Amino acid sequence: MDQLFNRKYIVQGLFIVVALILLGKLFYIQIISDKAFSSAESNVLRKIYKYPARGAILDRNMKVIVQNEPVYDLMVTPNEVKPFDTLGLANALEITVEDVRKKLKKARAQSSYQSTFFERQISVQSYARLQEIMYRFPGFRTQDRTIRHYPDSIAGQLFGYVKEVSPDDIEKSEGYYKPGDFIGKSGLERSYEDFLRGEKGVINTLYDAKNIAQGSYANGKYDINAVSGDRLISSLDIRIQRLGEELMKNKVGAIVAIEPSTGEILAFVSSPGYDPNQLVGKDWGKNYMSLIANPYRPQIVRPIAGQYSPGSSFKPVDALVALQDGAIDPNTTFFCPGYYMAGNHKVKCEHVDGTINMQRGIARSCNTYFCHVFQSIITKNGMKNQRQTYSKWHEQISKWGFGQKLGIDMPFEKKGIFYQADHYDKIYGKRWGYTTVISQAIGQGEITSTPLQMANVMAAIANRGYYLKPHLIKGIGDKNVVKKEYVVKNYVGVDEKYFPTVIDGMRDAVNSPWGTAKESQIPNIVMCGKTGTVQNPHGKNHSVFIGFAPMDNPKIAIAVIVENGGFGGSYAAPISSFIVEKYLTDSIKPRSNGYTVKAFSETNLLPALIDKTKKVTPTKLDSLKLKKADSLKKVKDSLKIKPAILKQTVATKLKVSQPSTNHKPVTNK
Amino acid sequence: MIQQQGNRFFFNVDWITVLIYIALCAVGFINVYASIYNPDKATGFDFASSYGKQLIYVITGLILGLSILLFDGRLFNVFAPFIYGATLFLLVVVLFVGRNVGGNQAWIPIGSFRLQPSEFAKFGTALLLARYVSTFNPKFRDIKSIVIAGLIVLAPLLLIMLQPDTGSALVFLAFMFPLYREGLSGYFLLIFLGMIVLFVADFLVPTYILVLILTTIGGLFIYNNRRKQKIIISTVLVTIIAIAYLFVVKIAYEKVLAPHQRSRIELMLGLKADNKGAGYNVIQSQIAIGSGQVTGRGFLQGTQTKYGYVPAQSTDFIFSTIGEEWGFVGCSVVIGLYIFLLLRLINLAERQRSTFSRVYGYSVACILFFHVFINIGMTIGIIPVIGIPLPFISYGGSSLWSFTILLFIFLKLDSNRMGFI
Repeated sequence: MDQLFNRKYIVQGLFIVVALILLGKLFYIQIISDKAFSSAESNVLRKIYKYPARGAILDRNMKVIVQNEPVYDLMVTPNEVKPFDTLGLANALEITVEDVRKKLKKARAQSSYQSTFFERQISVQSYARLQEIMYRFPGFRTQDRTIRHYPDSIAGQLFGYVKEVSPDDIEKSEGYYKPGDFIGKSGLERSYEDFLRGEKGVINTLYDAKNIAQGSYANGKYDINAVSGDRLISSLDIRIQRLGEELMKNKVGAIVAIEPSTGEILAFVSSPGYDPNQLVGKDWGKNYMSLIANPYRPQIVRPIAGQYSPGSSFKPVDALVALQDGAIDPNTTFFCPGYYMAGNHKVKCEHVDGTINMQRGIARSCNTYFCHVFQSIITKNGMKNQRQTYSKWHEQISKWGFGQKLGIDMPFEKKGIFYQADHYDKIYGKRWGYTTVISQAIGQGEITSTPLQMANVMAAIANRGYYLKPHLIKGIGDKNVVKKEYVVKNYVGVDEKYFPTVIDGMRDAVNSPWGTAKESQIPNIVMCGKTGTVQNPHGKNHSVFIGFAPMDNPKIAIAVIVENGGFGGSYAAPISSFIVEKYLTDSIKPRSNGYTVKAFSETNLLPALIDKTKKVTPTKLDSLKLKKADSLKKVKDSLKIKPAILKQTVATKLKVSQPSTNHKPVTNK
Repeated sequence: MIQQQGNRFFFNVDWITVLIYIALCAVGFINVYASIYNPDKATGFDFASSYGKQLIYVITGLILGLSILLFDGRLFNVFAPFIYGATLFLLVVVLFVGRNVGGNQAWIPIGSFRLQPSEFAKFGTALLLARYVSTFNPKFRDIKSIVIAGLIVLAPLLLIMLQPDTGSALVFLAFMFPLYREGLSGYFLLIFLGMIVLFVADFLVPTYILVLILTTIGGLFIYNNRRKQKIIISTVLVTIIAIAYLFVVKIAYEKVLAPHQRSRIELMLGLKADNKGAGYNVIQSQIAIGSGQVTGRGFLQGTQTKYGYVPAQSTDFIFSTIGEEWGFVGCSVVIGLYIFLLLRLINLAERQRSTFSRVYGYSVACILFFHVFINIGMTIGIIPVIGIPLPFISYGGSSLWSFTILLFIFLKLDSNRMGFI
């Protein structure tokens, strides 16, 4: 053997090294990386999605309030397209040949071998035309899916809207949503998305390299049938919802009505409202922009996002907490000279009642009485311990839901402002007492609440001490599942025995000649309530009413806020009375004072707008205003209000402002 | 010598190699069947189809191989020059009467059958090279023997280049290894390796950086051997030649290579991506192999294979079928079979008393090695697309028979290893 024999090992070594290199690369592409696997799948698999129908929504009387309408999309798989009669297709779709080319190019840019949108939501006529000539357009197919339809055309903010998923949604869903899917973006459509959306169906089809379908994948083992979304039963009573929206026409504000025994929301009005059908389908973009441009901001869901000082409507809670606390008893009286002096600060009262008790104090909404109540509570343990008594009071009031989210099944709920003692420490150091925060006694100043919170307070009083979480959906799916949290009683920490006096006062507020809401008496029904007139630094005061009815065994609790409506008794209370009557009797009897739904509906309380870019000619506008106002002489306030109407053709730069500038010409007359 | 029972023709035959051969042919048939398989037209067995033909090729190939064992081994030594001459003649003929398939003038039609002379040139060359080395016993220390051996290899190589079938021509570089074994300086291999490395580097790194690197290495080398004048001179020469090579490569690349060859090289080096054109083959092949994952999709279950996503899948890209349907396990088994065969062939070659048999054995092993490495490397994208078949597995009679002849001649020589050929 010569030494060249050793060269054998070099040759054999080379063989082994090369084999290892091959195996290494194979190991990488076959085992470590799964890129190839998914590429192979996307080579052969075309997924055709079957879109499920979204769940319908019924109202509490099982009337359909949200349903689906079939629409057809024209899909195209660019690779399968052969030269075709572009003009024929253009004619069928009622578009130009140029559009056809453009759309095809766009689809090709998206994916050449996957089915993509060519034209969304083609008309029924186009669909019918296409069905007959479809064979002439290989690569094209129609896909049916459904879009939302809201038969009553009301409660836009409540239902929200459904829209094609954004890249952001897709990312957040970790792959659940695919481009072209739809998702609830706001309102109930958003909060119940998981139930409403159903399950998408998939048909997997295999295609060979020449793009010819080769049948179903794995004998359809991985195909999925579309499953419709769950049907929801809403707690809403669409009759009073519609009435509420009608009454709130041309007004900014909100109505929330709750069934106290269940926490079910009966009406959820946000005004100005809009037709939810506007935000469906092809015209979404255009309509959405015009909604956003509306200076009265209809996109705000005022029942849960509007934050108002509760005003005098806060007084019943104040009274109940004081009674529970032992700071006063039901017979405690205070002297009202027409004002209350908090240090050097004068809190005015609307009337001079002299010695006044709680029941009458509530009925007449006596500021003086409640400032004294608040003073009694906070100074119960002497002047030195006010911080501690305030903290306790804060805790008690919080139990009613102030300053916190109630957890309604709607997105974007606000919690309102209700400060703890710490907040005042920061501002005033240790040097603050009841006089500093006296405005809270009458629900003004540093306390705000949403209309939902106010209605919920009424539900708690109606129930004599507890509330159930207010909610809009009372049954999910065929089994009418109710979320557990909605059957739990939340106690507000006031014993039942303290309620009668307060409730009597609230009864008197509506049903006695001295009540602040005496114009809102409902024939044959005893409604208890409390008006509120919320000071509005920006203009005319907001009109607030909260109440429940009937007095015994209440069926409905309500909160109404009419911005710039002045006294609580002038707008909010009558509007409440109509809704309550409608709900309880399904009719509205003529009122002795002549108030009618029509008259309220026609009243315009929209604040005037100042167009900074364009000078609005005030005289012409004001004459219109005056005409409107004349038609409602019986509402005392209306003559003073001089409501402004303004055609909403104004652009985005408009700003909500005070009507004061527009008042001058009128007063001159 | 132990007298064995049985046929004297098959006496001393290395049956293990025959078994590996049969195993590889079986792997080939199964995967050709899978590559051709069309789920829609799955009827009974059809001898007119490609897999039917492949079965015929395998059976006739085996008969051909076994009949080679019937020859007297000495005949191959004696007739080596004639066989070589005949293959050269065919290579010339094919340039005139050949049928053009896929851009290469590589096939001579004989009735319904097509002959590919370049396949047969491999064992013709191997035989003559073995004859030359065994007759003159050169140690390749002198220029003359290197030139003669070089001519033997380069003549068929250049003729094949004229077809032009660069892939098949490249395989003839495999003859460097038998020559190396017989004494050719290892520097030739190193220079060859260096040329490949510089060629690849020339595309990935700017030329001036390469020049800098080469000069630095040369400079350091000279500094280390500054007292040895001879080394200094040769280092300077090598460095200059290497730098010149860089520029020649650049120019030759633009002027000599066909556009499709250039794009294949650029694709392999990752210099450009082309999912639809020239890169389609490699990408689809890699997708097929990669999607096999550990155990593969199963026989006839590969979607890439079944639905025809890999062009030329039954022939040059047959490994993608193996990769997709049998996974990493299947690939390892096939590569394992090849490596076992190659190492065994080298061991068999080394046990020959006759230089002729040894040189021929090395030639067989190294030709197979080139085919296996280039073919598999191409399907997984570590080598540019060079259209040469995977031995014993790719579809095709010419290639299967020529590899069979190549292998079985050696097995016959090996069975005579105790005698002198």
